[in-house]
Amino acid sequence: MSNMINITINDIPLAVPENTSIFHAAKMINVHIPTLCHHEDLCVAGNCRVCVVEVEKDPNLVASCATPVREGMKVLTNTSKIRQARKHILELLLTEHNINCIKCSKSNACELQNLALEYRTDDEIFLNLRKPSRPDISSYAIQKDDSKCIRCTRCVRTCAQLQGVNALTMAYKGNLAKMSTFKEKPMAEVVCTNCGQCINRCPTGALTERTYIEEVWNAIYDPTKHVVVQTAPAVRVALGERFGLKAGNRVTGKMVASLKAMGFDSVLDTDFTADLTIMEEGTELLSRLKKVLVDGNTSAALPMFTSCSPGWIKFIEHIYPEMLPNLSSCKSPQQMFGVLAKTYYAEKRGFDPKDIVSVSVMPCTAKKYEANRSEMRDSGFQDVDYVLTTRELAIMIQQSGINVLTLKNEPFDNIMGASTGAGVIFGATGGVMEAAIRTAYELVTGREVPFERLNITPVRGFEGIKEASLLIEKVKPEFEFLEGVELKVAIAHGLAHARKLMEAIKNEKTFYHFVEVMACPGGCLGGGGQPIPTNPDIRAARMNAIYKEDEKMPLRKSHENPEIQQLYADFLGEPNGHLSHKLLHTYYTERERY
Amino acid sequence: MATQLKRTELIFREDIDYSALMRKIMKMGKEKFIEELIDSGLRGRGGAGFPTGLKWKIVKEYPDPIKYIICNADEGEPGTFKDREILDKASEKVIWGMALASYITGAKEGFIYIRAEYKYLKTKLRIAIDRMEHNIKSLGINFKLDLIFGAGAYVCGEETALIESMEGFRGEPTNKPPYPVNEGYLGRPTVVNNVETFVNAMIIADIGAEEYKKLGTKASQGSKLFSVSGDCCKEGVFELEMGMTVQQFVDEFGDGDTKAVQVGGASGFCVPRKEFKNTIIGFEGVPTGGSMKVFNSSRSMYNILENYLIFFEEESCGQCTPCRVGTQQLLHGIRAVKRKEKPKTYLDELLRLAYTMKYASKCGLGRSVGNAFTSIIENFREEIVY
Repeated sequence: MSNMINITINDIPLAVPENTSIFHAAKMINVHIPTLCHHEDLCVAGNCRVCVVEVEKDPNLVASCATPVREGMKVLTNTSKIRQARKHILELLLTEHNINCIKCSKSNACELQNLALEYRTDDEIFLNLRKPSRPDISSYAIQKDDSKCIRCTRCVRTCAQLQGVNALTMAYKGNLAKMSTFKEKPMAEVVCTNCGQCINRCPTGALTERTYIEEVWNAIYDPTKHVVVQTAPAVRVALGERFGLKAGNRVTGKMVASLKAMGFDSVLDTDFTADLTIMEEGTELLSRLKKVLVDGNTSAALPMFTSCSPGWIKFIEHIYPEMLPNLSSCKSPQQMFGVLAKTYYAEKRGFDPKDIVSVSVMPCTAKKYEANRSEMRDSGFQDVDYVLTTRELAIMIQQSGINVLTLKNEPFDNIMGASTGAGVIFGATGGVMEAAIRTAYELVTGREVPFERLNITPVRGFEGIKEASLLIEKVKPEFEFLEGVELKVAIAHGLAHARKLMEAIKNEKTFYHFVEVMACPGGCLGGGGQPIPTNPDIRAARMNAIYKEDEKMPLRKSHENPEIQQLYADFLGEPNGHLSHKLLHTYYTERERY
Repeated sequence: MATQLKRTELIFREDIDYSALMRKIMKMGKEKFIEELIDSGLRGRGGAGFPTGLKWKIVKEYPDPIKYIICNADEGEPGTFKDREILDKASEKVIWGMALASYITGAKEGFIYIRAEYKYLKTKLRIAIDRMEHNIKSLGINFKLDLIFGAGAYVCGEETALIESMEGFRGEPTNKPPYPVNEGYLGRPTVVNNVETFVNAMIIADIGAEEYKKLGTKASQGSKLFSVSGDCCKEGVFELEMGMTVQQFVDEFGDGDTKAVQVGGASGFCVPRKEFKNTIIGFEGVPTGGSMKVFNSSRSMYNILENYLIFFEEESCGQCTPCRVGTQQLLHGIRAVKRKEKPKTYLDELLRLAYTMKYASKCGLGRSVGNAFTSIIENFREEIVY
């Protein structure tokens, strides 16, 4: 139990734990202090200075986010001095800021705009310091507009602290200080993994996703095109936030209904290919284990890493290229879906693949980059044509005049719309692992996993690196080599945690058979394309919703998905078979760090 | 008739046997010496004036086996050049001052963070360091000292920015708390003192607090080096007793036509002629890190202020809003007034902004930009406008 410190805020006495900042102490008694640089996920910066407050006996104002409470401290949060300072600071930021708000995609959701309105900074007191600059649109995923940057360094801290990528950094000093990249290279040429976490935390419109809304509308309006759309598991638990619902409300049926109303020809589910991923990846894992344990073949690399998260893929290509053989060769669910849409689906439904436009709705910005990778064209066309984020989908729904909350729930179309609970939990960290274990264990032993209601709780939760092990006993004859093996797994989310795990594996400090990595904190539910804001509470609510969705599904194991069984029977043959390898597996490229 | 200023000859005195002095302190005991240091009233000579004895005491008492001593020789304040003189002429005294601090606080390692322009002192300092390390070993104290060269940023003279820079990060001030005395270099308790402070600690060790207190005033004890420049009859580095008035100073150094004196460099205060008589140079009046710039009536205060603001606009680290944008607004603001693009009442707006910068900036740099600005605008408004 830490010591309690007695303070007063605006003459209200309260006791708070040691090392609480004034900012958080004020929050406890519902005194709101504005801020632009502070974020719950990040370390303290204290550089926007909007959160300044007055402390008795201190001649200067102090930044409430960066100042811990002291015994007997008397804090005032609303005085003439504070108001003047805050107003001045906002005025100053606005003199640098590109205030073409009407044309800014972040308008209405911009923290600077909200504060400027709150403090009525109507007159432009000071001189115009705006410098003309053009946004950097080199990246498929992330657009960076320096003219809107307020140097709060949230993005820099996100990139360094949460992701350990350090693609973004502060450059120059004084009046020239700006947020930039290594050698000021364009975003497409740096180590950026396109995870989009910086976008989720940018208070203004300086960092946004590259948007493909117009392209998608054009495809929908084009009568010669058959537009299929797939929706990722984490989208359905977050989309509602953009329509006024609290975090953690599932809107699966309403989302499907609105996609149909918008004019998509077929509304399908990425969960279907998530199930497929489990079949392929699970089989790959078993064959790697067999190679190592039976044949003693060291060319099969263990541990095997999951390959669903494109941010993670780009990260490992840049930072740990020597570990690329450990990556599962499976494509991500999005890309599996894309290639099947233009082969299996086209064949079954009788369309010419060139007339199919494949759209995906993802909680992710890195998927935009993944869809444009040159190796993702195994159908003979670009497998996924356009990737939209959850946020872009919300905008399109608004544009089409649909009141999403009044719609009736509708089911996904088929084929490729059926899914199991195992596909749904792909959206949370540990989900791929859980889904894989549910199927692989049953494949090997013929029995269900020994967990209550199939909930493999050791792999769930928000801990940065999770470890678990499972003893495999009484196996089927063909899996004799696994008898008595203790399957060791690890799960990391957020690339900074992934880096720690990779270092441990590289230095042979630990051994695992199977490792799941998701680039974003919390997994896809905290993805870079999800509704803003994000914080630990919101992510916890979304995770809760994902596991609820899983529980209510009649089928919860990937191999039980009837459409998957049908897909193998009619088209692919067997997992890791010849056609699977051609369509569903890929290869990786070593990339330079600089 | 010029008043005779009290000169002192303590800082550059080199007839001290440092090993013997060290032995004397060791005999005296750490607690006793810290008491002596606190009693002497020595305050940091870099300009901010934190009581040195207290600083050493906090670090000494902090329960951490690893501690560091850093000498701040990143002398960057416009018009300051006294540290260079000390490092050149009394390098051993500085180094032994650091050794003394290490003995008192229990630090085993120290660094001199020195501005890159003083590279020519490298050999001299290295030799002095080697000699000190050798001699102090025979006293049974283990202390290693190294040189670190800055990269030219003014803000790295601020202690937290200096530490960041030493650690290999962007040279930006960090939030306080934590203070360097608790969590400094590599997260360990660290003494960061100015070059002159270490020398003064040695002087106190030598002559004792009693003798030392005879110099200066109650708030500003001891003597101080002043870097005198500008329109003066003699320029250079002078060791003077603290607590004189600006008038006394001008009588000695001015050229007879002195309009204003900038005390404490760009981040200090501009004292106009009418205030000379009742402004004391020291912590009770205008504090200074040593920079004294004398201006005569041929100088335009507008040019001086513009020059300072150009300096600050570039030398702000750029992280906090009031300082980064505020310095730009002040600079472009006075230019706009001069060009008649803004009314002269705009200066009042800028004054208010300068006060905000003073209250709300993250570090001492942003807080002190307002000093020069407000003291020049308030006293020489007509020169800025017309």
